[in-house]
Amino acid sequence: MSGHSVTEPSNRQKWISGLLVITYAVITIMPLLWIIATGFKSPEDAISYPPKVVFEPSVEGYVNLFTARTRVTPSMEETLPPPDTWYEQIARESGTVIVGPSRYGQRFLNSVIIGFGSTFLSIFFGTLAAYAFSRFRVPIKDDLLFFILSTRMMPPIAVAIPIFLMFRQLGLNDTHLGMILLYTAVNLSLSVWLLKGFIDEIPLEYEEAALIDGYTRFQAFYKVVLPQAATGIASTAIFCLIFAWNEYAFAVLLTSGTAQTAPPFIPTIIGVGGKDWPAVAAGATLFLIPVMIFTILLRKHLLRGITFGAVRK
Amino acid sequence: MAEVSLQNLSKSFGDQVALKDVNLTIPDGSFVVLLGPTGAGKTTTLRMIAGLDKPSSGMVLINGQDVANQSPAERNTAMVFQQYSLYPHLSVRQNLAFPLKSPMLRTPDNEITRKVDEVAEVLQISHKLDNKATELSGGEMQRVSIGRALVRSPQIYLMDEPLSSLDAKLRSDLRIELKRIQASLGATMLYVTHDQIEAMTMATHVGVLNQGKLVQFASPREIYENPVSVYAASRLGSPKINILPAELFPNAPNAATQIGLRPEHIRIGEGQAARVGRVERLGDQTRLHLKLGENDLITLTDAHTEFAKGDTLKIAPQSPLYFDVSGDRIQ
Repeated sequence: MSGHSVTEPSNRQKWISGLLVITYAVITIMPLLWIIATGFKSPEDAISYPPKVVFEPSVEGYVNLFTARTRVTPSMEETLPPPDTWYEQIARESGTVIVGPSRYGQRFLNSVIIGFGSTFLSIFFGTLAAYAFSRFRVPIKDDLLFFILSTRMMPPIAVAIPIFLMFRQLGLNDTHLGMILLYTAVNLSLSVWLLKGFIDEIPLEYEEAALIDGYTRFQAFYKVVLPQAATGIASTAIFCLIFAWNEYAFAVLLTSGTAQTAPPFIPTIIGVGGKDWPAVAAGATLFLIPVMIFTILLRKHLLRGITFGAVRK
Repeated sequence: MAEVSLQNLSKSFGDQVALKDVNLTIPDGSFVVLLGPTGAGKTTTLRMIAGLDKPSSGMVLINGQDVANQSPAERNTAMVFQQYSLYPHLSVRQNLAFPLKSPMLRTPDNEITRKVDEVAEVLQISHKLDNKATELSGGEMQRVSIGRALVRSPQIYLMDEPLSSLDAKLRSDLRIELKRIQASLGATMLYVTHDQIEAMTMATHVGVLNQGKLVQFASPREIYENPVSVYAASRLGSPKINILPAELFPNAPNAATQIGLRPEHIRIGEGQAARVGRVERLGDQTRLHLKLGENDLITLTDAHTEFAKGDTLKIAPQSPLYFDVSGDRIQ
């Protein structure tokens, strides 16, 4: 017998699992690195074959992402005054002139409003519903829970046409409110089910103690249940945000201007002045950042176990 | 503080009867202990007084007022749960201050600090006030839980086996401390336990529950000396009362089928012959485990007894208790 226990993995097991994890991490992170690198390449480097791993970094992609430009002939260019900003300079070098800001900033802001708005609503209604399902005797509770789950059994896009028609009737096409409501509706089933699981695990004794300590049911929920459900709320919020943030199909179908989010906008960048892959890559890179920050901020809540130990089982 | 009275209180969970027609008055300022094994209905009684469960029938009166329509907060009771249930997201200080900050009490901040410090002092947890509730040992958690009740001045304190998870030393310290606090506050206390020493030492009244029924309600001394049934007699006393067939000794009343003998109510030196099976020397006294025919019994004798295993001695009952075939006492 080699001297390792059942619970303690052997060195060989550690090596194998380490290798698997690293392989997986490399596979997942490669496209991401590729996108980030492409954002800093020149348009020529971006499409060169074989691909360039070492290249001269350029912020042209980012300049192109944030600006609307028009192509000028060399003779016209000579009549223009010299460029007065660094980004004007970069645009001139590729034979274009900046005529104004692009719509990326506004699309990005739409994504933020719609993503965080629908996440907030999904969590708000989800927590209340989950608490009710967890604590109260709701008639036909099991059927209701199954019904809520069943809305997730088909791909949401299957109902795209009825939703499109409904939105047109209600004047919700291409509005922030419409997209927030739509994403909330899709996410709510997930959030009710996830949060119910978390709230079920919070012992009833805490609320009973709070009731006796002089609090109403709602205050007990707010002061005792909610802080202990923080872990569940945080992880559910991350799932909801990631869905709403990345959603593409409905965004293409239901938004075109005012409320268009970044995902359907990013591919349209490519049309401005040839195949502008660096600008697309730059748009995608920036688009990743909010979700990353959100996840990192809520990361400590993802570590389970803060509520354990205070109730003797 | 208040008088709490239960009138024909019953509670069923589905087919299961947890409490049946309990009538009980907890006088103002008394320390009432409910005794009974698991499932006797002790915790159910507390929960209905607190307002956490609704009675199936019957009434709870606090100071003569029916509280059926009052929320737990409005009833103004303090409860210590068997599971300590501290709020895990709060510090010890915040846990103790929690009831004082409630919308029912709205205590000013300096008053909160004073009361929390005072209670922490009594329960010897002052040095842990800034710890998270989850960073305490089991005994400390239970003390904080008791403290959360003691910071208030409720109508009645309800305690559900508050000392059961503590070690012996702390338990006996806190037993004395709780009794002292209760007496000095003049607090009304309803206390659930299955520890008969707690019942004997702390209670002004003991209620004995058996399968949801209150079988006897009296002072601990009265229950010890005058139990109404075999069941009530077996609740108090350590070692337990010896229950033997009545015909083992002469002079039993006609209807008696069982005789109850407290260990100290056995006279040694005359009567029936019994064999010594085991000798337990406790220091201040000695327990003799005897065999009388087919029956085992325990008696007490002085610390320096000469009896040893295998000896034969003669025993006779002294102030015996007789019970009929259904276990009821024959006076």
